[in-house]
Amino acid sequence: MRFMVMVKATQESEAGTMPEEELLTAMGKYNEELVKAGVMLAGEGLQPSAKGARIRFSGKERTVIDGPFAETKELIAGFWIMQTKSLEECIEWVKRSPNPFRTDSYIEIRQVFEAEDFGDEFTPEARAAEERMREQMAKQGH
Amino acid sequence: MTQLATHRAIEAVWRIESARIIGALTRMLRDVGLAQELAQDALVIALENWPLTGVPDNPAAWLMTAAKHRALDRLRHHKLQQLKHAELGRDLSIERELAATDPIDALDNPVDDDVLQLLFIACHPVLPPEGRVALTLRLLGGLSTDEIARAFLVPEPTIAQRIVRAKRTLSAAQVPFEMPQKDALPERLGSVLAVIYLIFNEGYAATAGDDWMRPALCDEALRLGRILAGLAADHSEVHGLVALMEIQASRARARIDAHGQPILLLEQNRARWDHLLIQRGLTALDRARALGGLLGPYALQAGIAACHARARTPAETDWQEICALYDALAQVSPSPVVELNRAVAVCMAFGPEAGLAAVEALQDEPALQRYHLLPAVRADFLFRLGRFAEAAVAFERAASLTRNIPERTLLLARAQTCQHKLLPKPDTIG
Repeated sequence: MRFMVMVKATQESEAGTMPEEELLTAMGKYNEELVKAGVMLAGEGLQPSAKGARIRFSGKERTVIDGPFAETKELIAGFWIMQTKSLEECIEWVKRSPNPFRTDSYIEIRQVFEAEDFGDEFTPEARAAEERMREQMAKQGH
Repeated sequence: MTQLATHRAIEAVWRIESARIIGALTRMLRDVGLAQELAQDALVIALENWPLTGVPDNPAAWLMTAAKHRALDRLRHHKLQQLKHAELGRDLSIERELAATDPIDALDNPVDDDVLQLLFIACHPVLPPEGRVALTLRLLGGLSTDEIARAFLVPEPTIAQRIVRAKRTLSAAQVPFEMPQKDALPERLGSVLAVIYLIFNEGYAATAGDDWMRPALCDEALRLGRILAGLAADHSEVHGLVALMEIQASRARARIDAHGQPILLLEQNRARWDHLLIQRGLTALDRARALGGLLGPYALQAGIAACHARARTPAETDWQEICALYDALAQVSPSPVVELNRAVAVCMAFGPEAGLAAVEALQDEPALQRYHLLPAVRADFLFRLGRFAEAAVAFERAASLTRNIPERTLLLARAQTCQHKLLPKPDTIG
């Protein structure tokens, strides 16, 4: 299964403070471990929300709100996509991460939906594909 | 932490660490079977203790240390016996081994080599292919014999026996635990790649309703491939294989409909392809090419898969490039099935006339005589050329050769279509 592992933002990260070399080295080593274990599919650090934007959806209306955003703890400062056999395995990997900040912080793990999680939701899709095939067969017949 | 939660945590650590532990113990003991047994003992100790004492701060090091202690005990015991039996005096190699294996070194660098050597030994050519597969999954995938059995749709004792026999063979043949010699490396690496791809294909062949362990084999093969890409990064074919598996896996959710029936590549909804895996596959392919591996059989197949992956719609497919890649593939690993695929690419690139010529050249190929896709492909080309009578015969022949009911139905329907084409149109009668 796949997980999105999110490093929650702190005042530090929102201020755009770059990590110290020591942390960068440790993170580099940790990422290398993840890659070598076949666990890491992707991973990036994110710029502060000051450089981002939000789009508010309300019915047909779309409103663009420029960053920065106030609720620091709800923001994310970086992420990995990890593939493991279980949530516990992912937790075990995350516990091995270097501490990303000097202040207290959180890393949050969320499971990515897999095809089979949708169950019957797939049926219309598959039906459409079948219909397309039948249509083509019919076309070939004329 | 509840007992269940602790067990799950142990299982997770075990999955991450078991290959390294077994590798380290094999290096100490020179016996992969014994190494696995003692590593398993360490796991049992953890399962007994941790629910009572809590999970230690560094569970990985704890397990490795416990396992190494077991191995040291075994070595000491063995040495004492040797002394008793033959009064051989000091066996210096064992002495050195005992001195060198400080448990604190457990997480040091040779770990990578241990895992790689473990992979090489599990895929050793002295073993039959099914033994290699079972041992690899057991030693490096950390899968139980039960899980392996379910994945391969065989009874558990069969897998258990394969593993036991494989370990015995390695022991009897005194296969050393070391990196293969330079001149043997291509063959040994080839065997590892073949085993991983075999595991992948076993999982890829799963249909809806199969035990979930079957598709899990794809993940396992991908994981092994990715690990190998980290451990043997200089070898282009490793990246070629990873590229091939990533790109094939990217289509997993688009290739089977709700009833478990396969959807052909050109019919698949490309929005459902996994673009993260495609990206990873293309990156791996670039790496293979950068290492000069353009013409390896895995890289070539990955190159073909990449042509499809890059096309946003079927119409954008670069069929000429695919033809060129099949030409090269037919050179490096000739097979009638590759030739047949090549014929399809030729038809798409240069028209049905050219495709038909390519497929007619395969008519007498003995390996394809009972292969329904040969007449099916030929029938399709004849149909495109408007040669309906011949197409109908070929479709019927193809239908008679397949045991897959939906496929047969489809082929017979196409034969029927050809028959209709042969009838005069109603308005021309009137």
